[in-house]
Amino acid sequence: MAANILILCYLVASVTFILGLKMLSNPTSARKGNLLAAAGMAIAIFATIFLYEDEAGMRLHNLGWIFGGLVVGSVVGALAAKKVKMTSMPEMVSLFNGMGGACAALISIVEFNHLVHLSETTMKQEPVLTAGTILIIALGLIIGAVSFSGSMIAWGKLNGKVKDFSFAGQKIVNLLFLFVALAGAAWLIVDPTQTYVLYVILVLSLLYGVLFVLPIGGADMPVVISLLNSFTGVAAAFGGFLYDNKVMLTGGILVGAAGTLLTILMCKAMNRSLLNVLVGSFGGNKNAAAAGESGAQGNYKEISLSDTAMLMSYANKVIIVPGYGLAVAQAQHSCHELEKILNEKGVDVTYAIHPVAGRMPGHMNVLLAEADVPYEKLKEMEQVNEEFKNTDVVLILGANDVVNPAAKNDPASPIYGMPILEVELAKTVIVNKRSMKPGYAGIENELFFQPKTSMLFGDAKKVLQDLCAEVKAI
Amino acid sequence: MEQILNWVSTHQQIIYIVVLMIFVGIEVIGRVPSVLHTPLMSGANAIHGVVIIGAIIVMGKAEIDNYLALGLGFLAVILGTLNVVGGFVVTDRMLEMFKKKK
Repeated sequence: MAANILILCYLVASVTFILGLKMLSNPTSARKGNLLAAAGMAIAIFATIFLYEDEAGMRLHNLGWIFGGLVVGSVVGALAAKKVKMTSMPEMVSLFNGMGGACAALISIVEFNHLVHLSETTMKQEPVLTAGTILIIALGLIIGAVSFSGSMIAWGKLNGKVKDFSFAGQKIVNLLFLFVALAGAAWLIVDPTQTYVLYVILVLSLLYGVLFVLPIGGADMPVVISLLNSFTGVAAAFGGFLYDNKVMLTGGILVGAAGTLLTILMCKAMNRSLLNVLVGSFGGNKNAAAAGESGAQGNYKEISLSDTAMLMSYANKVIIVPGYGLAVAQAQHSCHELEKILNEKGVDVTYAIHPVAGRMPGHMNVLLAEADVPYEKLKEMEQVNEEFKNTDVVLILGANDVVNPAAKNDPASPIYGMPILEVELAKTVIVNKRSMKPGYAGIENELFFQPKTSMLFGDAKKVLQDLCAEVKAI
Repeated sequence: MEQILNWVSTHQQIIYIVVLMIFVGIEVIGRVPSVLHTPLMSGANAIHGVVIIGAIIVMGKAEIDNYLALGLGFLAVILGTLNVVGGFVVTDRMLEMFKKKK
């Protein structure tokens, strides 16, 4: 009876995962979808604790430890998730992803030890540790460990603690680690008594995860995190194979497949292949500097605050292009202030959001939403590119690579091929940056030297606040 | 060849589930506006926290004197819970910012 209710609970949970994910792909139902999936997860967890029976009909014990772990994890997880700044959300996704990967790896280790012990002490006819089981355990371990260490490095990259690093022959070394880990798995299948091999596999997998992510540039982290996300899903699915647990299987494969497709979609938005992102680390700064020398230099014009205020107040149509600089300066509220003041003067103000502006798809949307900017004012790239030719003033706030014409014109550029916001079609372009230093791609931006462009230097927050004051006075 | 076919038919139910879930996963992500890429990734992240079920089973079956299993199992439960709770809360925070304000 208990087993049947458990099966029903797993079925319900699986359905909530599918429905929840479906609802998450639509803005109006997204929040409910998240809650639905959470409810399903809770059902699966508590049903397992109270109703699970193994082959011998034994229920789970050590409930005290289990609840203790649940409480600790819940409190720490909820606090960390709630306290952290909105702009750190992407790195939190990576952090929690790593936790899931580590969990999968630990399960493999404990289960292997358990089964080895069982096969030594039991008198059963059929082997407890079949080749299939060892393979599942080993693969779950490898994928979980890679996902853990890779996610930790990605977390470090996004909060600036980890720099890009690569050495000659790194790709070969890394593939070697993976190869030896897989060979170890094969060895373990042949001779399961050599338990230490399991730990060797663990270490090699951890190293592989680190070296896999280390050379990839911070701008590409969202793609990497999405890929690692699907890895952890697959690791969870392997746990499902191990225990013949349908809810782990469905949840794991669902995320593995959905996550892989999401990764591919993100790459398409950058117009780069996944292989290029993972293996051809973003440009390689030596090449980037060389490409930059070849002609983007020249003179740039500066514009004063009062002139900017004048231009914007008397414009019919203004488009604001937010970038990472806006997030860093935490100037989103001042930006909304400016937008409101301009609206009162009869200026039409909208925002052009490039898919990879900021550090994560949707980064700018979250940032502006935090400042209560109405959802309808945020325009997607394909839509807004049609509008630039009718725009009087484009105000670029801390965005760089997403408005760099080299992506269209310069085949040698590391960002060549990436679709950009066509700001040069507007009548006037005003760029707010702190200095002339390059953006994430580390390359010069010829937009800054074009005749219609002027530079407005300064910290975004201060500049915007001053602009508000100036515009009000007009 | 025969062995492979036998293996497939023994495990056919699981194979069906895997194949169907792959299609479901791909279908469900079909038309996602790029603005929702990040919350969707976060939601999927929380869902793969289902791996905690495995941790619970592992802990629940550990003998009282097996300190390795108890210790690692306890750690695994904590990590899995972090993934689940942290994941759903972060996703909710991201989505809270998207509600329409009149």
